[in-house]
Amino acid sequence: MLFFVARRLLYLVPVLIAVSVLTFVIASLLPGDLAYVILGDQATPENVAALRHDLGLDQPIWLRYLGWLWHILQGDFGRSFRTGQTVLQAVSERVPISFELMILAELIGLAIGVPLAIACAAKAGSAFDRFMTGSAFAMLSVPTFLSAILLIYLFAVELRLLPATGYVPFTEDPLANLRFMVLPALTLGLAEWPGIMRVLRSDMIAALQEDYIALAKAKGLKPSRILFVHALKPSSLTLVTITGINIGRLIGGAVIVESIFALPGIGRLLVGAIYTRDLIILQGVVLLVAAGFVIMNFIVDMLYALLDPRIRHGHA
Amino acid sequence: MATLELSLEEEAGATPVRRRRLGTLFWIAIGWMVLVFAVAIFADLLPLPSPTDMDMLERRAPISVEHWLGTDGLGRDELSRLIFGARISLIVGLCAPMIGVTIGGALGMLAGYFRGRFEAFVVGGMDVLLAFPPLILALAVTAYLGQSIFNLTCILGVLGIPAFMRVARAATLSLARREFVIAAQALGATHTRILLRELLPNVMLPLLAFFLLGVAVTIVVEGSLSFLGLGVPPPISSWGSMIGEGRESLDVAPRLAFIPAIGMFLTVLSFNLIGDTMRALTDPRQGAL
Amino acid sequence: MSGALLSVENAVVDLPTPRGNLRAVDHVDLEVGAGKTLGIVGESGCGKTMLSRAILQLLPKKAKLSGRVMFDGQDLTRLSAEKLRKLRGRSLAVVFQDPMTSLNPVLTIGTQLIETIVEHLELDLAQARQRSVELLAAVGIPAPEQRLTQYPHQLSGGMRQRVAIAVALSCEPQLLIADEPTTALDVTIQAQILDLLAREQQRRHMAMIIITHDLGVVAGRTDEVAVMYAGRVVERAPTPALFKQMRMPYTEALLAALPKLDVPPHTPLPAISGRPPDPTRPLKGCSFSPRCRYSAGRCSTEKPRLSPAETLEHLYACFHPIAAGGGA
Repeated sequence: MLFFVARRLLYLVPVLIAVSVLTFVIASLLPGDLAYVILGDQATPENVAALRHDLGLDQPIWLRYLGWLWHILQGDFGRSFRTGQTVLQAVSERVPISFELMILAELIGLAIGVPLAIACAAKAGSAFDRFMTGSAFAMLSVPTFLSAILLIYLFAVELRLLPATGYVPFTEDPLANLRFMVLPALTLGLAEWPGIMRVLRSDMIAALQEDYIALAKAKGLKPSRILFVHALKPSSLTLVTITGINIGRLIGGAVIVESIFALPGIGRLLVGAIYTRDLIILQGVVLLVAAGFVIMNFIVDMLYALLDPRIRHGHA
Repeated sequence: MATLELSLEEEAGATPVRRRRLGTLFWIAIGWMVLVFAVAIFADLLPLPSPTDMDMLERRAPISVEHWLGTDGLGRDELSRLIFGARISLIVGLCAPMIGVTIGGALGMLAGYFRGRFEAFVVGGMDVLLAFPPLILALAVTAYLGQSIFNLTCILGVLGIPAFMRVARAATLSLARREFVIAAQALGATHTRILLRELLPNVMLPLLAFFLLGVAVTIVVEGSLSFLGLGVPPPISSWGSMIGEGRESLDVAPRLAFIPAIGMFLTVLSFNLIGDTMRALTDPRQGAL
Repeated sequence: MSGALLSVENAVVDLPTPRGNLRAVDHVDLEVGAGKTLGIVGESGCGKTMLSRAILQLLPKKAKLSGRVMFDGQDLTRLSAEKLRKLRGRSLAVVFQDPMTSLNPVLTIGTQLIETIVEHLELDLAQARQRSVELLAAVGIPAPEQRLTQYPHQLSGGMRQRVAIAVALSCEPQLLIADEPTTALDVTIQAQILDLLAREQQRRHMAMIIITHDLGVVAGRTDEVAVMYAGRVVERAPTPALFKQMRMPYTEALLAALPKLDVPPHTPLPAISGRPPDPTRPLKGCSFSPRCRYSAGRCSTEKPRLSPAETLEHLYACFHPIAAGGGA
């Protein structure tokens, strides 16, 4: 187990370095120059040259990368030239909001997907199963922004039950915070359940064919115990895997949902930075999100290893 | 008995029923596909008003003989915009996975066939690409490169490479050990010949099925970007940007958002359905039945 | 006959397959008396596993069973699911072929033992735990206390099968069905497991059915043997009588295919030529006739019925039985 963790940790380093290189390269795809973007209309060749020198843009790219990396390793991700806020400040203010949204969404997805998967697996091939499998398949074809406007139309425009946009911090007023979070989280959750349900269902159907289920039946156990303990427990490992796979889509979905519902999370920060061409913020956010994504995947891997007794005892 | 039971249990699943049910739906999906492709290709020949002509007197006009689906917030004909929007969504949706399937497929086959360091390098490179949440990478690159259909297509294409690489590599790995490949090697066939003549035809089918699923995903991602106003640059309309514009008038004219939404949903669903059916057919486990 | 603990009467199992109906079990009659042992022997695919599943009422959903399975005076085929559940594990226990797949990989040994005991016996958790330790000790597992918290993959194959046997014995069943209990195990361990089964059977006075493809397994360990071929019982006799004089050419072929110690090494084994018939394409005549060296005349046009030989206990289905004293 320790060896397993160490090996995965070691693999993390080159991936993170490669991620930083790629982020840097993407940023240097910019046609023209950062100095022009910053100076905008008042750009004269002289002050562009001066700013280029200040920003170090007149140095070769690999030297600039190393300088950039050096600052990052010291915790300096740069500072917005529009608001003056540092990248770390901006990100740390917004991370909790995005996390709250993603966790609520995943919980909603699990709350819908898991019971449906169990019910479908228990009655595999029945009319209910076929209807739900079909619905899940159709739901997979509904983009996040489609369910968002559908939910806004239903709950905010027609029924006027919930606010369409806005945000109150949880620490200020938890209830109001949740009221603002319902629609965004539901939107993302609706995109999550079909994947959860499909994978868990087929996994449980496979588990129900196993010898140990036949033996559990032969032992005279109650059907509920066979379903929830003997079949669901092995499949629950799959849930961890699905959650891991979902993270990337969840982050992408959060960007869209935060923009639609005006939630001041990381996604909104990112999109806002693109609108205002705040390229330092953009670069910092992309790097931090990618690094966070890599680390979250690592944690999911570890969690999986921790849960599976076969890997835990070094049989993998 | 063991082998006998295995085949029986696989068969005991819901597959035969599902396949029959997918039959009708499959053909409906094909029908919708043909319709969308036809109007998108022949959009210029259809008697449609221009999708960019504004008529400020006819803003958000209801459905009429003149405007079959009414007009949008700037008085542009909704049906015409829908059809020209289909064009953009389909061009991006088809071209981007084309890039993915070509580069990803080639890399995957080479990695699966030659193994060794090259394979490790390719897989590692893909891991780096996969280290970015796809939408974030797409947003960042469009932001730096500038918004254009060409840029958008390239980025979405590159994003698809890892997935196609995995499919091609997995298929090649399982094929490369089969008798016909070993026989070809024993007969002294060159690597090029084995890759192109023996492996490619067999890797093609799973890749094609995956390609269709890739089209569905690409249309969704392109729609998401355009919806945020970060995809195709205005005044070009794609379904995503139409839905984005329609969102502003959800209270007065919800149809402006929902008509392109339905078009997009049906198209994505059709690609998913056809792709999934094809994948089920090319899946070696099910193909044996 | 009426004194039997279990009697299978005219059992037929049909399985619908894409290639047509598959008759896995074809008009089988069997009985096992209380405290007796029966061996069911046949090649893979002969229907012996389906027969055991039919007795346990654990056939695949699509399978159709007709006939009666009388156990302790009740027809199992007509019992409600709930009554059947109370019987399984309690009076009717089973050990499957592969302990790797028949024990749940993510539940501890203790959980899998205790859940059965708590389900059927009026014991609390502590008592069930105590009983589990005793059971593990009884089946020859060292340090049984520690095993309770271990997972199946932490045990060797032989130990796992001992655990599976402990699970089966946990509620003192009246009948134990051991379905190829040693096939998945190392040869050196097979005898130990079989001896363990025989010992516990004697000690607990339970009836036992051993299902195997190996005539050597049933020799000396069973009271009666039934040989199955293509879904039918083709020969049935008390074990000593069968080994003294087998009448069905198939039984003889099965025995001949066993390795023996008294022949010089590297002598090729006389394998049974050909393959069992396709069960979805039933033959008109004797199912074994295409592979039988005595096959002649009506063998390929008429099905021989199971009929008694010299004694009423020895039954066989053959037109050209091996004559007393060997040879046809």
